[in-house]
Amino acid sequence: MTVVIGFEGSANKIGVGIVRDGVVLSNPRRTYITPPGQGFLPSETAKHHRGVILTVLKEALQQAGLKPADIDCVAYTKGPGMGAPLVTTALVARTVSQLWGKPLLGVNHCIGHIEMGRLVTRANNPTVLVIALQDIREERLDRARVRICDKLSRKNLVKLRAKIREISPCFCKPFKTIIVPINYHQNGRHSSGGKLPRTGSNPARVIKISNDPSPGYNIEQMAKRGKQYVELPYTVKGMDVSFSGILSYIEEAAHKMLGSRQCTAEDLCFSLQETLFAMLVEITERAMAHCNSQEVLIVGGVGCNLRLQEMMGTMCKERGARLFATDESFCIDNGAMIAQAGWEMFRAGHVTELPDSWITQRFRTDEVEVTWRD
Amino acid sequence: MAVEKTNNHVLHFLRSAELLKQGAEARVYRGEFLGKPTVVKERFPKLYRHPTLDEKLTHRRTVQEVRSILRCRKAGISVPVVYFVDYTSHCIFLEDIVGSVTVRDYINSAHTSEAKNLEVVARKIGEILAKMHDEDLVHGDLTTSNMLMKRGPGCGEADLLLIDFGLSYISALPEDKGVDLYVLEKAFLSTHPNTEALFETLLKSYSASSKKSQTVIKKLDEVRLRGRKRSMVG
Ligand SMILES: Nc1ncnc2c1ncn2[C@@H]1O[C@H](COP(=O)(O)OP(=O)(O)OP(=O)(O)O)[C@@H](O)[C@H]1O
Ligand SMILES: [Mg+2]
Repeated sequence: MTVVIGFEGSANKIGVGIVRDGVVLSNPRRTYITPPGQGFLPSETAKHHRGVILTVLKEALQQAGLKPADIDCVAYTKGPGMGAPLVTTALVARTVSQLWGKPLLGVNHCIGHIEMGRLVTRANNPTVLVIALQDIREERLDRARVRICDKLSRKNLVKLRAKIREISPCFCKPFKTIIVPINYHQNGRHSSGGKLPRTGSNPARVIKISNDPSPGYNIEQMAKRGKQYVELPYTVKGMDVSFSGILSYIEEAAHKMLGSRQCTAEDLCFSLQETLFAMLVEITERAMAHCNSQEVLIVGGVGCNLRLQEMMGTMCKERGARLFATDESFCIDNGAMIAQAGWEMFRAGHVTELPDSWITQRFRTDEVEVTWRD
Repeated sequence: MAVEKTNNHVLHFLRSAELLKQGAEARVYRGEFLGKPTVVKERFPKLYRHPTLDEKLTHRRTVQEVRSILRCRKAGISVPVVYFVDYTSHCIFLEDIVGSVTVRDYINSAHTSEAKNLEVVARKIGEILAKMHDEDLVHGDLTTSNMLMKRGPGCGEADLLLIDFGLSYISALPEDKGVDLYVLEKAFLSTHPNTEALFETLLKSYSASSKKSQTVIKKLDEVRLRGRKRSMVG
């Protein structure tokens, strides 16, 4: 029996989860919620996390009915994510690891989503669409493929992986990966690197959408009441999409339409969803056709969106492919997903020595050598 | 009347045709049209997206594909002949390039002893793309499955054709052309592992054949760098 505790705090959620051999024993979490139309700044988010992390940790142990001595390994999110919150989380993980005398393990956040998705759905070898707060990425981690990503092809990957335009996804076949950063939140400082994004790159801000519980959720609710389809820029280039056109359109033209009552905010949310998701489903379908893939798993925050699920499901049906059900346990950032990925890695002999237990805001999924799929 | 007639053509054709492939976007059928071997590309409705959006996209892509093919033919770039288009069912009737294989299959089936042949192909791709870009045509979906070879490997020199122009557009911007090459590079290297040298040959031939290649290659390098930086986020 192997028991792993996982700490996740790469964005506005702080969670601690405990997993024992594929069973989630506990998974408490807190979310830092900002006022409508505002994103969360790294320092404020870290402050929130610092305030609650020990309470969450206590809850996790209590709910699992475990003592520190029962834990075999302490996993934490090494990245990618926002610097300050990552540091806070890693600091606590490091401390308890030393206090309890248990090995430490840094985990890639996206691998956490994927491994949790595989655990919950028992999907064998799916194409995974990971929609984290910052991005949507489609991953297919399978033994063979990831192993092919050895030194030589890793070099290719660096060349391959890219976002072509302002915000666009990237496709990389050795991984069967599409990465699409999508973010309803983004505001003020960019979460990674502290650079200012173009103003107005946030539809939620323009339409003044509440962050409680999340802008994505509220966009979905408003979209249900939208009736009129407003045509928005639709950009698909091969396996890449670009959202920059939509975002600036919402900022400018749509803003005026709202003012003159040509359409409602609900209509805009509806059209935004229809357009964004059509683009995502289209490139997913392209990737599937390209890789002869017949299974899809949606993971990450926006993955909870029922309309996206419906569209993806229709696409899969038309192709005779299978869409796995989405579940909050692997879609929304939480501690158990880090624990689960940590569990796999720990069993495969991975540990992180204290001097190596740093965090990184940028951490590509393909930098992780997947050795636990044998 | 006219519509009814064309629809009859289409229905008649599709009934007797054989489904060749269901791609991401369209169904491709093979059959005979007015006595000629013909391929029909049918952009059928995608039920997952909003009907208005679907109709717009399908129509735009069909129009664009036909336009770009004609533009290529005028410029002497090898592409299949368009026999007939039906904008109600979004079907394009194209010359069937009989006995052709996609460059993707060609490369995959080539033996190591045929490295020379592959280099010839890479050079040809570079040339045809240079010609296309010099016409200010950006393909938008360059992959090795969207290029056809008239003869299989081991049969000597072969002709190269471009297909699948649904995402193409007109642009003189080096940036757009650079991105076009970048899309190809990603697709090429991921479909065919360890072909960096081959792709280099392709780019060299592109540079040698295009008058405006210098700025395009510069943009390509920029896009690569951007990709590298951005891809590490999130
Ligand atoms: N004129 C033609 N002659 C012979 N074969 C053709 C012709 N046009 C297309 N094909 C075959 O059909 C396949 C798909 O065609 P095309 O790329 O135009 O459709 P598509 O739906 O865009 O496919 P995908 O989305 O997979 O790229 C080609 O890869 C090729 O094998
Ligand atoms: Mg094609």
